[in-house]
Amino acid sequence: MIIHQLSVFLENKSGRLTEVLETLGQENIKITALSVADTSEFGILRLIVSDPVKAKKLLKEKSFTVNLTEVLSIITPNESRYYAKALKVLSDLEISIEYTYAFSVGEKSVIILRANNPELAIKALQDQEIELLRASELYKI
Amino acid sequence: MEIWNRHIECMDRDELRRMQSERLRETVERVYFHVPYYRQKMQEKGLSPENIQTIDDLVKLPFTTKNDLRDNYPFGLFAIPMSEIVRLHASSGTTGKPTVVGYSRRDIATWSEVMARTLTSAGATNDDFIHIAYGYGLFTGGLGLHYGGEKIGASVIPVSGGNTKRQLQLMHDFGSTVLACTPSYALFLAEAIEESGLKREGLRLKVGVFGAEPWTENMRKEIEDKLQIKAIDIYGLSEIIGPGVASECLFQQGLHINEDHFYPEIIDPQTLEVLPPGETGELVFTTITKEGLPLIRYRTRDLTRLHYEKCICGRTLVRMDKCLGRSDDMLIIRGVNLFPSQVESVLLEMSEIKPHYQLIIDRINNLDEVELRVEVDEEFFQDKIGQLMALRQKIQQNLESSLGLSIKITLVEPKTLERSEGKAKRVIDRRTY
Ligand SMILES: [Zn+2]
Repeated sequence: MIIHQLSVFLENKSGRLTEVLETLGQENIKITALSVADTSEFGILRLIVSDPVKAKKLLKEKSFTVNLTEVLSIITPNESRYYAKALKVLSDLEISIEYTYAFSVGEKSVIILRANNPELAIKALQDQEIELLRASELYKI
Repeated sequence: MEIWNRHIECMDRDELRRMQSERLRETVERVYFHVPYYRQKMQEKGLSPENIQTIDDLVKLPFTTKNDLRDNYPFGLFAIPMSEIVRLHASSGTTGKPTVVGYSRRDIATWSEVMARTLTSAGATNDDFIHIAYGYGLFTGGLGLHYGGEKIGASVIPVSGGNTKRQLQLMHDFGSTVLACTPSYALFLAEAIEESGLKREGLRLKVGVFGAEPWTENMRKEIEDKLQIKAIDIYGLSEIIGPGVASECLFQQGLHINEDHFYPEIIDPQTLEVLPPGETGELVFTTITKEGLPLIRYRTRDLTRLHYEKCICGRTLVRMDKCLGRSDDMLIIRGVNLFPSQVESVLLEMSEIKPHYQLIIDRINNLDEVELRVEVDEEFFQDKIGQLMALRQKIQQNLESSLGLSIKITLVEPKTLERSEGKAKRVIDRRTY
């Protein structure tokens, strides 16, 4: 249930995001989800892609600082109360969430989250019958 | 652990000081009466030899620079007739004329003595095979090590530089135990050994004496790991004598300076004031026994610090830190002296980053602003904004507490720093005056 997300350090200067996308595009690596967290000086680009290991290698060759990060993905009906419920399950167990982002696919929401204790988080979510996505499923969306 | 000349190397410091004063008096007399250049310089300051009685009077004397040597090319600063000069060495000038050094018979004996101390402090004895891969010739490296090796009675192998294949073969067949070369050549040899398929067990190397170029603690670790030897730092410059000016003992706690021959001072390169013990500044030497080319307060341009406490090895000779850089690189920021090498050593102490950095200095509203750009290292990058912010703050605090300067920190992507000929450009000074 662990998903490997690509995290890329970016300076806030124009052109670098484009370079990441072009690099992946040229090798037909599909991007399922993308989010940017930034400060006034630098940012972290987070990507769910079809082949994270290969993507990491390609970006490294282009001198990006890049790492694979373990995240979870759940899929819920497209209503915010389901998102809220999932977060509450985790906070009740004092599992902290580093960050989360989401996108919708038709009637459904796909939520990505980074928890400080992924194994415990998986178990807690499964106990509440919240549907988790496998990497193979997520990469294909 | 052996000490070559216990009488001198472990001498009581007060006694040493009396000896230095005595030798300084003789030297000043010699240059005043035999080197017109020094006589004129002293007269300009209203000084005669009687004004120099003890080592404390040294501060009255003028400095000597490499330019002074060039201006007096080739033999103008020699203090004895050419009939008494038995050897000439020269260092290649990167700009213009080389600098020429002349040795009397006694200077050569002094050189052998200080090199014998150097090799002994690195653990070498008459049972050792010293593999000298420093260049022989006008450069002082090869011959300096050579005479020291012979003096301690070791078996000297004068391979000189180049022909790596033969180097390895001799090292293996003769059973070289001490390697003497530049640190970069040591690394090159380490790789060559790996590629040649020679087994480390087949080599008898135990220690290396490395110098003649700046090298970092990281390089030392790499050499020690790859060659499985102890890597000893030695320091010297041909103007003073060549190798043998200072060298580490096996405790690697700084380089013991042979100050019974070469008296060190640390000065502020800007104000030229002598700095108190322990402060970082430019290293200055006065040769107090040399006959051929005695030099008064010669500015080495090398940056270091001096430590006067007795070493664990028992030697009382003052120790200098591994050279931190060149005084020509000094920056003055809001009146504070800043050496890029100081920034580098702060960064080296932090495990989270590699010392890939660049300093950008600018003047904004008449105020100097320093920005330090540091590359984010992949091993440390963990996808958390908070972690990167904390890293930035830590770098800033560490720099501020050790340099007394507030520096703006910018985290940058790897390999984005401006490079020239493969080397990162460490400083960009945009100030205009
Ligand atoms: Zn020592």
